[in-house]
Amino acid sequence: MTGTLPLDTVAAAPATTTHLPRLALTEQTEEPQRVRVGASLDDRLSIAGATVGGIGMGILLAGALGVIGWGWMPIVSYAWFVGIYASLTFLGHSGPAVVDRFWSVLLRSAAVVVVASLGIVVVYTLLRGWPVLKDVFAFAPHKNPLHFWLTDMSGVGPLSGLDTGGILYAVIGTLEQIGIALVITVPLGVTSAIFLAIVGGRYARVVRTLVEAMTALPSVVAGLFIYAVIILSFTHQDNGFAAALAISVLMLPIMIRSADVALRLVPGNLREAGLALGASQWSTVWRVILPTMRSGLTTAIILATAHGIGETAPVLLTSGVTSVTNFDPFHNAQTSLPLAALEFIESGRNTLIARGYATAATLLAVVLILFVLARLIGGQEAGKVSAGRLRRLARTSRATLRRVRASGHARNLAAAAGRDPDAPLDPLSAFDQLITEDDA
Amino acid sequence: MTTTTFDRTVAPSDPYPGVSRDAAAEVRSELFGESHAGELVADSITAWFGERKVLDRVSLDMKAGEVTALIGPSGCGKSTFLRILNRMHEMVPTASLAGEVRLDGADIYAPAEKITAARRNIGMIFQKPNPFPAMSIYDNVVAGLKLSGVRANREQKDVLVEDSLKKAAIWDEVKDRLDQPGGGLSGGQQQRLCIARSLAVSPRVLLMDEPCSALDPTSTRRVEETIESLRGQVTIVIVTHNMQQAHRVSDKTAFFLASLGTPGVIIEHGDTQAMFDRPQDQRTYDYVNGVFG
Repeated sequence: MTGTLPLDTVAAAPATTTHLPRLALTEQTEEPQRVRVGASLDDRLSIAGATVGGIGMGILLAGALGVIGWGWMPIVSYAWFVGIYASLTFLGHSGPAVVDRFWSVLLRSAAVVVVASLGIVVVYTLLRGWPVLKDVFAFAPHKNPLHFWLTDMSGVGPLSGLDTGGILYAVIGTLEQIGIALVITVPLGVTSAIFLAIVGGRYARVVRTLVEAMTALPSVVAGLFIYAVIILSFTHQDNGFAAALAISVLMLPIMIRSADVALRLVPGNLREAGLALGASQWSTVWRVILPTMRSGLTTAIILATAHGIGETAPVLLTSGVTSVTNFDPFHNAQTSLPLAALEFIESGRNTLIARGYATAATLLAVVLILFVLARLIGGQEAGKVSAGRLRRLARTSRATLRRVRASGHARNLAAAAGRDPDAPLDPLSAFDQLITEDDA
Repeated sequence: MTTTTFDRTVAPSDPYPGVSRDAAAEVRSELFGESHAGELVADSITAWFGERKVLDRVSLDMKAGEVTALIGPSGCGKSTFLRILNRMHEMVPTASLAGEVRLDGADIYAPAEKITAARRNIGMIFQKPNPFPAMSIYDNVVAGLKLSGVRANREQKDVLVEDSLKKAAIWDEVKDRLDQPGGGLSGGQQQRLCIARSLAVSPRVLLMDEPCSALDPTSTRRVEETIESLRGQVTIVIVTHNMQQAHRVSDKTAFFLASLGTPGVIIEHGDTQAMFDRPQDQRTYDYVNGVFG
């Protein structure tokens, strides 16, 4: 049953034969024509035509005829656009293709609406804050372009110009409160996630349900809770620490949930591998699972931070409002960025409102940076390294190999010396001796 | 006709010929005490998952330094049996068992025995290669030290890495990339890296749960050669679906079978040659000859 194919069975070829497809192809020299996939020119022109037609119809009805108000114009235009596009495709295509195109244009416009609303929020904030923000780009001498973030509002009256006053106090408030909140939530959040994802059991299910319920907790309730428990009972005054506690209550479930999701992605066989090597459960978690899931956990922490930074309602109830810099989170009011924005905009004065929007823009920038960081770190899979890093590792690998060889050599010498005092000290010389003997 | 002249190119290009067996053994005894291939005895093992009995009074003697193959169709309890041998069975919350597993005479399930010690002495290789992705090849090999809290200096670790990788027959392939992540290796190399990682903590027994089922024929062959080279140094128990593999690598073979609705049992066990050439039970004969399964 084993070994080579007997020669005689090869010689006596059976009646049925095999096919060699490449032989037939050699006669055909030209490449096959490509089939195009995706939107054709016809499709794109239909979309463009329908857009122009829809907008034209809207302008006609609202402006020229005055049948509808200008507010209705976008909606009417859109309806006309869809109608015209559907008719155009109906002329050129049949049943399923028309339905397919109709729905895809509806869904795509839904996506446009979502992105556009986000864009409007961002652009509106930037525009309203522009009188303040423009100083960043105005390279005036003797004027710090970042003065808005480096001064506070003490001594700045409601009528003062925009070149004085800033939000340093709120930046410090946010940094300190988020810092304290992180100190509280990171250990709690990560250990809870480990408990949920790795230890498990019936109690873990209860905790998971609780955490999920907590993510839906209205933020004002968290503020009231801290107000009742900490401020009314202990501190008797608004302070930054109480605000940090309220933010923690809101950050914690978000962190636990996303860390739990990340940890549940750990392949079960990694855990088994650790345990099978004689590791304790804790050692496996600490040395295998957490390093493997480092990026997922970092993402969880950053996402929770981004949520925490923007919280306004709990801070409103707990931190108090001030416009002077207060470094001490445990005494007196300490305002953070979202609260400062709220106070500015509520004031009703144009200069203050501009400062409010600039504060909001600052907040947007911070959250944007945090999300970009989360994406960058979250995208890194453990063990996946860039080409440059691989080259560096190749270099250090050579050094490691040299060191390993030297260690082996040292131990060889020690072993040889320990076993037989007369043995040559250098195993290499023994090797050389062998070769010379052989030569002779 | 051309004449060939022997040209002496065997002189090593690197200054050190590599760590010797004695030196490596010395380092191992410094770190783990004396260790040798252990005799593993499973005595009347019965296992349950919840109310379902999956093994019924299974006894098997795995002699020191030998390779024992466990064969049988899927669901016959051979993997469960293997996982009982190093207490991985307990990881399933509903699992329970009766009977004794003795390593060199000491019951690993005795209350005084530490579960981590049992698992360090009885290593395990899994179906799917599972190197630690966040660690380099070097760190993967010595991961067991850190994980089980054994302290070693740099020199001892270096010796251990070289010796374990050599024993797992993968040293030449990875020696130039020790700092690179283990996940970048091919499947077969990863599996041998896992074998090296297990060997680094000097186990007395090595359990292998279908170690080649995720590998291509070439890698399978390398792993089998590794098993061959470990014979005598460590007791090996290997679960395999591949009858030829059992035939090639093992000294002893045990045939597991579970009929419909009944727990798994050993139908027949003994010398591999006898099991394949002249089994006494008809079912064994049918299975090893590919009539079913």
